[in-house]
Amino acid sequence: MQWEIVIGLEIHAQLSTQSKIFSGASIAYGAMPNTQACIVDLALPGVLPVLNQGAVERAVKFGLAIGAKINSPSIFARKNYFYPDLPKGYQISQYEFPIVEGGNIRIQTGETEKDIRLTRAHLEEDAGKSLHEDFHGMSGIDLNRAGTPLLEIVSEPDMRSSAEAVAYAKILHALVRWIGICDGNMQEGSFRCDANVSVRPHGSEAFGKRCEIKNLNSFRFLEKAIEFEAERQIEILEDGGSVRQETRLYDANKGETRTMRSKEDANDYRYFPDPDLLPVEIKPDWIARLQETLPELPQARRERYVSDFGLSAYDASVLTGSRELSEYFEATVKQLPAQAKLCANWIMGEISARLNKTDMDIAACPVAPEALAALLSRIDDGTISGKAAKTVFDGLWQGEMDQQVDAIIDAKGLKQISDDSAIEQQVDAALAANAQLVADFRGGKEKAFNALVGKVMKATQGKANPAQVNAALRKKLSGQ
Amino acid sequence: MTLSTDDVKQIASLAYIKIDEDETKAVLAELSDIFKLIETMQAVDTSGVAPMSHAQDVVQRLREDRVSESDQHELYQSIAPQVEEGLYLVPKVIE
Repeated sequence: MQWEIVIGLEIHAQLSTQSKIFSGASIAYGAMPNTQACIVDLALPGVLPVLNQGAVERAVKFGLAIGAKINSPSIFARKNYFYPDLPKGYQISQYEFPIVEGGNIRIQTGETEKDIRLTRAHLEEDAGKSLHEDFHGMSGIDLNRAGTPLLEIVSEPDMRSSAEAVAYAKILHALVRWIGICDGNMQEGSFRCDANVSVRPHGSEAFGKRCEIKNLNSFRFLEKAIEFEAERQIEILEDGGSVRQETRLYDANKGETRTMRSKEDANDYRYFPDPDLLPVEIKPDWIARLQETLPELPQARRERYVSDFGLSAYDASVLTGSRELSEYFEATVKQLPAQAKLCANWIMGEISARLNKTDMDIAACPVAPEALAALLSRIDDGTISGKAAKTVFDGLWQGEMDQQVDAIIDAKGLKQISDDSAIEQQVDAALAANAQLVADFRGGKEKAFNALVGKVMKATQGKANPAQVNAALRKKLSGQ
Repeated sequence: MTLSTDDVKQIASLAYIKIDEDETKAVLAELSDIFKLIETMQAVDTSGVAPMSHAQDVVQRLREDRVSESDQHELYQSIAPQVEEGLYLVPKVIE
């Protein structure tokens, strides 16, 4: 039987505020245990939460960026469960009237584009951290993370393969960083994915029983976990069994998922509106002000790169993979508007390869966009060959000659010989010195022509413009 | 809606409350009374009334995003039953 995989994702994006969502404690990463847990985070008796405006603003910006509805009033609710890293005995989250409702995100897999619908995105507080190493048979609790603002972004079950799920997660990851609401640091847990996975016979309308896979902290694990889980469910169904609805954990070492808790053990969270927090009103003029702070979004930029610069959809999506990379391209192409494709090729080729090799981010690239544009303009006007340009690029990367492209070209003697009479002279010399090759060519050996080109290039130390050498040779050989 | 003793046991387990058989019966009676009260309230016609999430007709005030709390963990931990390496120690719970 042909099976179809159905995937929905829940992504927790940690909002890049200074302070916590309901208290004035810092959310800086890596502090000593409990040094950033104030009385509100500890849930001492009598404390009250006060909502952080910065968290609300970031959530609204996200909603605007995905074309969603901003709910006003938006309501906070208590999600009740017991765990020592949740000192109140409930997590403040949202249930009815989440701050962001609906919206969609366009993804690309191969040449196909697809819109993924979002259900909602709501604000909530993170829990603390439990350390289960041996503290005389007890657990150690660090509440620094408790109260960190999160935006939980829930998609509809619109994805049909692990590739689509990864594409969606990557687009979302790029978007939250692009609009500056989350640093996207997956190692530090700033961007965490849970995947709901089910399978159904191809062509079937009804959804199969789903399993939720928790805490996938890399795109690779997301992909592997979905593939493993879909395979597991298909095997069960093909053996005549039925899938149990449950929460599963992905074990990265073994590359498999295993049961965490079944539906029967699932908590009844007993959501109810939090009486400590009033409804949040988000007035239209506030929304309008936030709209104005949004930069041009990746999707709009991708479309512009294709329509204005004639780039392929693939190039456009690579170049908008991060705002920094896109800004770099923008700054380069601004200097060289007619050569957008050349700019794109160099940024996606030479620059990206160097950055990868040295494990550097585009923001730290030692070659400024202006310097790259200056280099590319010298290829464009025929001053240097593409091959020589790589040598100049080396020089730029090493910071030679104050990164003056023309100075590097001069210093390394890379200027291409494009003067017709100079080239003709070299061609004549080569013809005179290689009578045998000329005879071979006349005898019908096309290879001899290339050999003659090689002789000219060698005589000019590779500096002759190859296209001009070709043309001059053809002319001479056919003319004589 | 009528409650069973199993419902009461399930609620108790979710609330992490340990109760014995006698208490279960007593609690069943009390909870059933509460459900009767709810049923009475549900008989009121509320069609056309927008649900409200809070008793007061005011909106949430927001706090500027600024760190205003300093590190006072030593003070807070002075009243904690057990502390080690800056961590609060609690009975081991692994789900």
